[in-house]
Formats: sequence, structure tokens, C-alpha cells
Amino acid sequence: MIQTDGLTRVFGKMVAVDHLTLRVPEGEVFGFLGPNGAGKTTTVRMLTSLIAPSSGTAVVNGYRIGSEDGQVRRSVGILTETPGLYDGLSAERNLRIFASLYEVKNPAAQIEKYLRMLGLWERRGDAAATLSKGMKQRLAIARALLHEPRVLFLDEPTAALDPEAAHLVHEFIVELRRQGRTIFLCTHNLDEADRLCDRICVFKTHLLVVDTPASLRAQLFGRKVVFHLRRADQTLSDALGRLPFVKACQLVDSKLVLTLDDPEAHNPEVVRVLVGLGADVLFVGELRRSLEDVYLQLIKDA
Amino acid sequence: MEKIKTIMLKEWAEVFRNQLVLFTVIFMPLFFTALPVGILFSMRGAASTGFGGQIPAGFLPVCPPGLSAGECMQVYILSQFMLLFMLTPLMVPVNIAAYSVVGEKTSRSLEPLLATPITTAELLSGKNLAAAIPAVVATWFSFGLYIAAARWLVGSPKVAAALLDPIWLMAVLVIGPLLAILSVNFSLMVSSRVSDPRVAEQLSAVVVLPLLVLFFGQIAGIVLLSRRLMLLLALALVALDAVLVFLAVRLFQRETILTRWR
Repeated sequence: MIQTDGLTRVFGKMVAVDHLTLRVPEGEVFGFLGPNGAGKTTTVRMLTSLIAPSSGTAVVNGYRIGSEDGQVRRSVGILTETPGLYDGLSAERNLRIFASLYEVKNPAAQIEKYLRMLGLWERRGDAAATLSKGMKQRLAIARALLHEPRVLFLDEPTAALDPEAAHLVHEFIVELRRQGRTIFLCTHNLDEADRLCDRICVFKTHLLVVDTPASLRAQLFGRKVVFHLRRADQTLSDALGRLPFVKACQLVDSKLVLTLDDPEAHNPEVVRVLVGLGADVLFVGELRRSLEDVYLQLIKDA
Repeated sequence: MEKIKTIMLKEWAEVFRNQLVLFTVIFMPLFFTALPVGILFSMRGAASTGFGGQIPAGFLPVCPPGLSAGECMQVYILSQFMLLFMLTPLMVPVNIAAYSVVGEKTSRSLEPLLATPITTAELLSGKNLAAAIPAVVATWFSFGLYIAAARWLVGSPKVAAALLDPIWLMAVLVIGPLLAILSVNFSLMVSSRVSDPRVAEQLSAVVVLPLLVLFFGQIAGIVLLSRRLMLLLALALVALDAVLVFLAVRLFQRETILTRWR
């Protein structure tokens, strides 16, 4: 659905995007993460045929960037960093303009469909300037969807939104995924990426890594399991450390933190050993590293 | 064609919400009409009394044969104001066109617009028409008003007929739209390159200067707006408009506008 090969963009002497090669299959929510100035917006602009690559190729929805720009623009939807609405015009008029530019077949029905879906139907006659930030963002999402694109580029869709407004946008993204659309999500909100994305890509001018959030966590930090005991001591820690499948064991207060390759297979054995040594196991849980930890580690290493 | 119409209607919906622009479009042509009509009113008795029956040599080039000295004076003075009807199509579109691209930049609406399948030619055509049509309509309307007032006030059918001389009809019906196209494209070029709407307006207003030179040259008697000069002016404008349209399209570089704008 989206395929790039050595995609590069240079501004003067500055390399904004350096040989980006990636593949996003149909129906995937793909998180594109990176610090400010990493080249995320430039990448989105190239993939939506707004700017041309300096070198490399990209194919979006089966159309080649550079030689089939008209078809690319027709087949994708984009939510830009700022909603960019015509503030003096009504919500409905804003959509009518874009329905015409995207040559939407039944504009009135499409406009009503998305205004209703995004909870803006009652405010359709109001000037965009009078809408709240969240509503403006939802109106911009409606604008991006009017022509039913199969690929959607969302650049910071929840930036500066309050939690309730952000939640509505998240729910809508989940609904779009359910419809089988491919979503290219640029975000700084790592929790958002963790919850919504099938795979994430960490990017800083060039590609650092692409994988599922869970797999990235495991690769970077291993899987850690915390055993909460009534009373933990060094003897227990040493005993567990000798087990062949335990990669590391740390004693932290009354907890033992074990690094395991396969916790589902090995946890019962660990519990049996602890009980055999007279320990009272209160509960067991996996220590989840946040995506933020993963991201910061990757950016630091880069 | 549908996209051009959409852009044009969008521009009007946006721009005419601005009362200053609306004021310029309505007030300027009315002012330029009221000025000669007022003068016409003040000299309505001059047709029978002017210059003791002798036509001054300076008036002759604009006076058709058969006019009395007084009638000739009326025609001459009124002809001095005809250039105002050429200023209207130059000045009215500046406000609309100057804001056109830079306004989209400041409101950040340009990127979603450029992400649609609209071509640069369609986009600029829509913006061109949105600025040029009100200017041309305002010019023609004010000229019609002026002719009607002149017929009523002058009394002399010869003077009224002289005002519909082909030279003035060409000035208003042909040169007017050509000037509007020139003004619009010059303003669009400026608007594409600057980041501040105020700068765009001020720079775009420069387009009026050559016509002002012509206007004051005519008042000073240095320039005489003859048929030959008007024809040459029309031809020059056709060429200049073609160059400006070409440059406006060339200078409207989507990439540069998007990536250099902050």
C-alpha cells in the first residue's frame, strides 16, 4: 500500500530524509515517530505528492510518486499538522469546497455522513472559527475522508487536544482501521502510538527501527517479570539466578525482578522454586516498559 | 472548470467578509464616477458659452468635428477623467489578489488545498477570476453610471455621443479587463513570494504607478490619449499580460511555498 525505496529529500545542504526504505501493508496503522526536525512532515509531504523526492522511489496505493502525482493525491487523504480550515466559512462549506476539489460523486451525502460520524452535524452551519480545537481537528479529519481514500496520513492528529477530544479522535482511528484503511500516523504521543499502531517506525532523518511496539520492548529491554514476596532476600535471589532460563535476577525491596525469554513457560517453575524455598508469593506481574523508554533509548543510541 | 469555479466562489466567500475589501470594491468605483459627474454638473451651462466660440488648439485632438467650443471644452475636460475608469480595474483587484496566496499561507489552509488533485493552472485561474471579475464588473458598472449621468446632465447629444467614442469604449471594455489581469497576476506573484499580507498589499499597489504617470502626464498636457496610443496600450497590455500570467504560474512553486513558509 505504501512502499518506499531509498527515499531521500535534500534541502540545500541539509538532508531531511535519508534513504528511507519501508513497506506498509494495506489495513495497517503505522506509527511514524521521531523528534522535531527528524523529517516526518517532509516524508508525509513526499508520500502525498506535495513535494518531490531528491532521489529514491515511492509507490502509494499503486501510484508512483513523481510520475502519477494526480492519482496519488486523488487516492490519499491527509490531515496536516494544523487543521488549515477556512475559518470564516461554515463547517459544511469547508467540506463542500474539498468535496468539489476531490470530485466526490455524491457530495451532500458524503458531507452528511462524515459530519454525523464525527459529531459535527449539529454545528454544520457554524463558522469554523467558532468551533473548539477538537471540533476543528475532527472537521479536518472529515475533510481528509470525503473522497474515501484507502490511505490516510495523519500528522499529529491529537496535538494540543484535551484528553476527551483526543479520545474521540483515537476512537475514530480505531474505526478507520476496522474499515481496513491504511493509516500513516505521525505522532509525538507515544501512548497513542502504543495503543493504536500495529507497527511503529522510529525515525531521525533515517530509519532507526520498524517493528511492533511489543517486539521493540522485548528486543531492547528483554521481558521482565516481578515476583512480589512477603519477604525477599539475597538467598532467594541467588537461587533463582542459578535457574538455566533466568537471564538476570535483581532484588528490589521485597520484589525479585527476573529477566526471562518466555515468561508464560517459565513463571510456574519460578513460583514452584520460590514456594519450595519457603517464600510467600503475593502476586506476579510483567514489568512493562513504556514505549517512551523504547523511544528514548533508540533516539539516544542514534 | 468545476474546480476553477469552486476556488473562485471560495475566494469571494472569504474575501467579501472583509469589510475593507468590500468597501474598496464598492467605494472606489463610485468615487471615480462621482468625481467627473460632479464636474459635469458644475459646468452644465458651459456648452453654449465656452471660449467665445473659438476652440483652443489643445482641445482639438479629442473633439469630434461639429462641436461648438463649449461642447468641445466639456468633452476635453471629461476625457481627462476617463483614465479613472482605467484605474478602477487596476486598484480594485489588488486587495483581493494580494491576500489570495499569502492569506492561505497565514491561515495554513494552503497545504490541504495543494494536497487535492487541483492543478496549479486551475488554482491560479480560480484566484485570477475571483479578483478580476469584481474589478471589471465594478468598472463597467461605474462607466455605465457615468454615461447615464452624462447624458442627463450635459443636455447636448453631441457631447453625450462623444463620450461613447470608440476610444473610450475600448479603454473601458478592452483595456480595463487587460489592466485587471495585469494587476491580478502581479499581485498573485507578489502574494506567492511574501509572508505577510500587508507587505503583499503594499508591494502589489506599485502596479498602479505607471497609470498614474499617464494620468498626470495627460493633465499636464504631455500625453494625449489618442486612438493610436490606446491601441498601442492595448497591444502592449496583451503582451504584458501574457508574460505576467506565465511568470505567475512559474513563480507559484508548490514546493517552495510549502517548505519555505514558516
